[in-house]
Amino acid sequence: MLSGPTKHVETADAVMLYIVAVSVLLLIGITVTMIYFVFKYHRKKGHKPVNIHGSVLLETIWIVIPTLLVLSMFYYGYTGFRDSRIFPDDSMEITVTARMWSWDFKYPNGKVSDTLYVPVYQPIKLLMESVDVNHSFYIPSFRIKEDVIAGKINYLGFTPEEVGDYDVACAEYCGLNHAFMYTKIKVMPGVEFYAWYEKSGEVKVNDEKTEGNIQ
Amino acid sequence: MTNSSAVLNQKSFYEEGNTKAKSGLAAWIFSTDHKRIGLMYLSAIAIFFSVAAIIGIFMRLELISTGKDLMDAQTYNTLFTLHGVIMIFLFIIPGIPAVFGNFFLPLQLGARDVSFPRLNLFSFWIYITGAILVLLSLVLPGGPIDTGWTFYIPYSVRSGTNISLAIFAAFVLGFSSILTGINFITTVHRLRAPGMSWFKMPLFVWATYATAWIQIIATPVIAITIVLVIIERLFGVGIFDPSLGGDPILYQHLFWIYSHPAVYIMILPAMGVVSEIIPTFARRTIFGYKAIAISSLAIAFVGYLVWAHHMFTSGMSDTARWIFSLLTFLVALPSGVKVFNWVATMYKGSIDPKPPFLWVMNFIFLFSIGGLTGLVLGSLVTDVHLHDTYFVVAHFHYVMFGGTGTIFFAALYYWFPKIFGKMYNIKTANIGVALFFVAFNLLYFPKFILGYMGMPRRYYDFLPEFESLQFVSTVGSWLMLITLILIIWNLMHGILRGRKSESNPWGGVTLEWHTSSPPPLENFKVIPEVKHEPYDFSQLEDMKND
Repeated sequence: MLSGPTKHVETADAVMLYIVAVSVLLLIGITVTMIYFVFKYHRKKGHKPVNIHGSVLLETIWIVIPTLLVLSMFYYGYTGFRDSRIFPDDSMEITVTARMWSWDFKYPNGKVSDTLYVPVYQPIKLLMESVDVNHSFYIPSFRIKEDVIAGKINYLGFTPEEVGDYDVACAEYCGLNHAFMYTKIKVMPGVEFYAWYEKSGEVKVNDEKTEGNIQ
Repeated sequence: MTNSSAVLNQKSFYEEGNTKAKSGLAAWIFSTDHKRIGLMYLSAIAIFFSVAAIIGIFMRLELISTGKDLMDAQTYNTLFTLHGVIMIFLFIIPGIPAVFGNFFLPLQLGARDVSFPRLNLFSFWIYITGAILVLLSLVLPGGPIDTGWTFYIPYSVRSGTNISLAIFAAFVLGFSSILTGINFITTVHRLRAPGMSWFKMPLFVWATYATAWIQIIATPVIAITIVLVIIERLFGVGIFDPSLGGDPILYQHLFWIYSHPAVYIMILPAMGVVSEIIPTFARRTIFGYKAIAISSLAIAFVGYLVWAHHMFTSGMSDTARWIFSLLTFLVALPSGVKVFNWVATMYKGSIDPKPPFLWVMNFIFLFSIGGLTGLVLGSLVTDVHLHDTYFVVAHFHYVMFGGTGTIFFAALYYWFPKIFGKMYNIKTANIGVALFFVAFNLLYFPKFILGYMGMPRRYYDFLPEFESLQFVSTVGSWLMLITLILIIWNLMHGILRGRKSESNPWGGVTLEWHTSSPPPLENFKVIPEVKHEPYDFSQLEDMKND
């Protein structure tokens, strides 16, 4: 947690950690109090019940404090998301086409591949469209996804900061082979990427298996 | 109050019906007695729950390891669709209102029946008709549906399976829901016993009342949507399908405008049951009665305004995303208010943790996890990662099964002596609760981690890194199966062979405990007059002395 192949991963994981930490505290508080009361006020101990009808002060406290907590969660969630939706002017625009059950990537120079190749540190903007049913382009390692829909272009942006191979999954149910609609994103050093990118003639690169790890 | 020694010799509703047939099947299926109708729902719902649970067991078996274990991908896709459709439309939406609402709403209000008993029976038969249509869609040529219970377009327009029939079944089931809602609202307005002002109603009544409004107002939206999908499929009119010029996102909006409020149809009545059980076993008045009552209405209202949090990655505008995120966080507050008030009700009580109360403790823990993980999903930056992954699957199973499902059992164990006049085995019931807790967390907690690791939902197969947690979850499903068998066997054994229960074994004070167990036809010899608050246990002595 809190470090990863993009800056966005740090942000998303920090928000996750914050919400989970608050939640765990609340859960422990509620559960421990409940169990304590059950033991402390067990009928066998012969307690005379006391009829307390409520407390305006307590009701106010447990409305106001949770309100502040959830507003802070909303705010961090919102700013983290907002920053991920800024597409820098120097982004490389890659067109993504989804179909049952594979992906195509088309680069600015017209090159096409079924694995997504990107140079490290280069802001990427994906313009995504489906030719059939709904799909969803999901890179778990980058903590991002966006649905890919027919007749409508959806956008997704990221700036990879670590060279490596990452899984790309389809996250929106799309029929028979939905679970096999995996491909890879290959983050490469700039030199290597441009060597591949400038190589003319070849439109498909199949140097290794691109359908994920599923055999 | 009704004199309980006088009612001892009274015939129960099992012995005296209101049909021409005095006994046999006809005395049930033509009965307008709300109690018989409630029990008929219970039988039907128990069957559908069992079927869908067994489907779930088979899904987990397939997911025990990577690759094909048991079935092909098409079968798996069909099974998860059926699991969802049956659980949602046939079990959990009608669930508590149809069974316990029908049985106990009139009893808790001090009424002889619901306002429209014949409409009530009609609703039941619509429900059965809808259920039969669902079953037909499985066996007719074309094959069982494979779209997921959400029926997202365009896939549901293209799939060759029996979509039109299956969604028409949902359309029919919707009418059952609407008519039941109308019946309950009228009953609450018109048939309260003398002296029962709005703020003297039991909280289960409040919750059922709020739910009924959602049933009436939200359900027509799904009905209209279904009609549009059927028109699109049959006549090729472009409404949602982009290849015909339609908008698939419009479908998602319409679908969730119903289906999100429907989530509250599922959980609100369960919350009402919790508010009944805790005071009875703590033998003290509920803490924050008005806060709990009004939070039900608040949930019902705000619940309408959050539907698009199911669509944070659908490509709708970034502005819409943050607005719905904000509203989603607000709907968490009234649920929090309820949980805090429930725990506060245990303070300085005289607590006797009998099985129904233990079920409620289970509920508070599991539902809190479900609710709190909902905060992770309400936040935009985290939802974008976790949407459509196992994290969501875990979240809604904690809320729906850990929440509503748990309380369905709690309600059965609480009202069992009232409904059947008998008692189940308490020790076995306690073991059932404990086993349920272990099995549930074993089965569903690994899914939170899987989702965070990036395992998408509705996957027939998965990457090797997910295998060990999937295995743990499958082992949990076996333990859950054993637990469910134990829980249900205990109840069945109690019905058939259980010892006779006293009329009011838990010491409840709401009006259903002021009549004999099982209640007579038309519930009360004399309509009780309400002089007390709903959870005033000082009347317990008078009830015993009567």
